[in-house]
Amino acid sequence: MNQSTETLVKENVIEMRGITKRFPGVLANDHVDFDLRSGEIHALLGENGAGKSTLMNILAGLYKPDSGNILIHGKSVAFASPKDAIGAGIGMIHQHFMLVPSQTVTENILLGLNEPRFIMNLKMYDQNIVELGEKYGLPVDPKAKIWQLSVGEQQRVEILKMLYRGAEILIMDEPTAVLAPQEIEILFNTLHNMVGLGKSVIFISHKLHEVEQISDRLTVLRKGTVTAQGIEAKGVTRADLARLMVGRDIIFSLEKKPCNPGKPVIQVENVHCLNDKGLNSVNGVSFEVRSGEIVGIAGVAGNGQKELADVLTGLRKCSQGKIIIQGDDIANRNAKAGIRHGVSHIPEDRTHIGTAPNLSVTDNVIMKNYTKKPISKGWMLDTPSAEIYARELKDVYDIIVPSIDTPVRLLSGGNLQRVILAREISSEPTFLVAMQPTRGLDVGAIEGVQKLLLLQRDAGAAILLISEELEELISLSDRILVIYEGEIMGEVFDGNIDEIGLMMTGTRQNQLLKSGEIHEI
Amino acid sequence: MDIIIILQAGVASGTVLLFATLGGIFNERSGVMNLGLEGMMLIGAMTAFSTTVKTGNPWLGLILAMIAGGLLSQIHAFITITLQADQVVSGLALTFLGTGISLVLGEGLSKAGVISLLPVITIPLLSEIPFIGRIFFYNQSILVFLGYAMVPLCWWFINKTRPGLHLRAVGEYPAAADALGINVYRVRYFYVFIGGLFAGLAGATISLAISPGWFSELTTAGQGWIAIGLVIFSQWDPFRAMFGSYVFGALRRLILDIQGPAILFGMANPFYYNPYYGFFLQMLPYAFTIIVLVIGSKEAVKKRLGTPAALGIPYIRGQRGV
Ligand SMILES: Nc1ncnc2c1ncn2[C@@H]1O[C@H](COP(=O)(O)OP(=O)(O)OP(=O)(O)O)[C@@H](O)[C@H]1O
Ligand SMILES: [Mg+2]
Repeated sequence: MNQSTETLVKENVIEMRGITKRFPGVLANDHVDFDLRSGEIHALLGENGAGKSTLMNILAGLYKPDSGNILIHGKSVAFASPKDAIGAGIGMIHQHFMLVPSQTVTENILLGLNEPRFIMNLKMYDQNIVELGEKYGLPVDPKAKIWQLSVGEQQRVEILKMLYRGAEILIMDEPTAVLAPQEIEILFNTLHNMVGLGKSVIFISHKLHEVEQISDRLTVLRKGTVTAQGIEAKGVTRADLARLMVGRDIIFSLEKKPCNPGKPVIQVENVHCLNDKGLNSVNGVSFEVRSGEIVGIAGVAGNGQKELADVLTGLRKCSQGKIIIQGDDIANRNAKAGIRHGVSHIPEDRTHIGTAPNLSVTDNVIMKNYTKKPISKGWMLDTPSAEIYARELKDVYDIIVPSIDTPVRLLSGGNLQRVILAREISSEPTFLVAMQPTRGLDVGAIEGVQKLLLLQRDAGAAILLISEELEELISLSDRILVIYEGEIMGEVFDGNIDEIGLMMTGTRQNQLLKSGEIHEI
Repeated sequence: MDIIIILQAGVASGTVLLFATLGGIFNERSGVMNLGLEGMMLIGAMTAFSTTVKTGNPWLGLILAMIAGGLLSQIHAFITITLQADQVVSGLALTFLGTGISLVLGEGLSKAGVISLLPVITIPLLSEIPFIGRIFFYNQSILVFLGYAMVPLCWWFINKTRPGLHLRAVGEYPAAADALGINVYRVRYFYVFIGGLFAGLAGATISLAISPGWFSELTTAGQGWIAIGLVIFSQWDPFRAMFGSYVFGALRRLILDIQGPAILFGMANPFYYNPYYGFFLQMLPYAFTIIVLVIGSKEAVKKRLGTPAALGIPYIRGQRGV
């Protein structure tokens, strides 16, 4: 390699030196060094709460570091606001999208710009945005309102928003956590495109195979400090990464005892229900889950999984059908009817349904058993025993939080999920509905959650696992039902990925059998 | 009881509600609820009237009234935006403050006598249109016409201009607006101020045009509260605000007129013979407001329109969750 290309490749566009950021009770970043070269995809890894989002929020001008400095193209900068960062060519796509749901794609992209000055001539800008999208392989409908778009499309809008502002450096905070597998492929193509056009990307993810697949170099954080800085991604194994992140070895293959199902705990008979927009979304689903087994539900997001989970846990009315638990029909009753029969729910939406964000950890974990002794003392709550209970769960489930009085909205994604798990699993459920229970969790936490689910199964709980991660479904479930447009397409016992994939796109199992694509076992 | 007269008067007194509601739409669109409307309207009415008494110039009165409303609103802005206190509590306090100030400063004004009012105009051709012409374009205060112009102008501003886009973004998702460099605090201060200007204008509309004079707190007689209901009924849309304001204006007039005649629809008029029933009638606009709110919000949920998502929530940069 000659001198000039060598320096070209090695040029640092960003250097962060000695970044420290403290929040009440936590040191989120402790003298962190980080650098980004031009034209690379740099992965940022770390456990939940390691400080990845904090570090990137500092780079994007949202937080001010307590100490340390940032150099861009070798020049020291101090961002007073996100606008300054955008001005310096840094665009961040947040874990939670920053899009205004009631506005159109174009309106969202033009937000905050000086041009157009006063009158919004949207037609003209619609055209510009379509063209920009074509250049980077990001097709969007500029007139669509954000709330009408799928998550993948919303993400495209976020990327376009930054590209439209001339961002040279794109920070993506867990962009794949909310995407379906096909959408992830599309995103990766886009990222390659962009790097090809001279941009640089910082990519945060908990999925190690993605990191291996896409990144050039990587940096690992653990509890606010750097454990590996800018190492080449080639040649690093998943086990290495896991060790750098968690500080111990992670077992990737689960030990699973043979399944030993007992009596049916729940029988779902011909259930129909509507979604929030009033359209049919579950159309005649029937199945049963027996004690001591995990039944997986596979399907592309938005095929009625969420509505099914809601109906089973009493959060949504069904228009037809029966849900029988321990001989009692709980359809169209409320959540409490289910809870009395030992139904537990790990919802997809952690911040609105799973927890009460402004309440403390203690209040959140006692939400299900505050009516029972010793926490209930007649009409009163016994605060000391509630606190003892919360402390116990905090230790058992390894919830990392400054104190049990901290409001849960301050917790990182992984720790929030642990709060929910602690509450739902410690009630020793007879039937557990878990929806995307490991989404957004780090490898260590995923291992923990999966072990907990298997433990519950072995203890005799009936578990319904709804997930878009096929790998996880196959490794945990004893059998898998595939859902498509609110109907069950078929049932798979041996984890045949191809068969599941075909059913996920709407082919019924009996059609597959007829056409000879698969054979009866 | 002439239907045309009731509707004509409805448009006139509905203009007061319209201005107050438009102001409410602006500050709520930016995410700040201001329950102090009634107080700001009173300040406006008092300022307009006393300025006109002293200077003889109702236009000056109008402008000072708006400024007074605007200034009062900034107290609410400081408390809720900078100090991040509860918007409901601060708004209620603002009503008490506004009422108190205007009663003290307006002492003696009710005996001030006749003042020169804002002009009343008739539009030559338009007023000839049957029915409509008499209601909207005949013998109406110039402020009524200002109301007609304001509605499309406000709609256009909110939906078709860059500042309007920023306004909507700040009320729906302030963190997103902040991340793109929009100064959320400044935008909110500004639209709370605009809300104050409109409330002052509404007050001046009462005391200089619709029912001239100063009758202490009876000048506004609770119209500020009805306007707060109308903001929700309108689903934050100026055209619906216009419709709602005129309907409520006509209702106010109907309640007065219905107590007039001794014979109503060929029967003895119970409201004429039992003056106490009048209190029941006076209650109707408020009962109606409650009904409208219930219907309005159900519809809003269905249509996914409606409430600015960040309404009532103080913005703190970098705050997690909520
Ligand atoms: N605004 C805030 N106020 C208080 N504490 C915060 C705030 N933001 C982050 N923290 C704390 O700082 C630590 C680092 O959080 P951060 O969000 O950076 O983690 P992360 O690595 O992005 O985790 P995850 O993978 O779960 O997203 C956590 O302990 C978190 O609770
Ligand atoms: Mg994060």
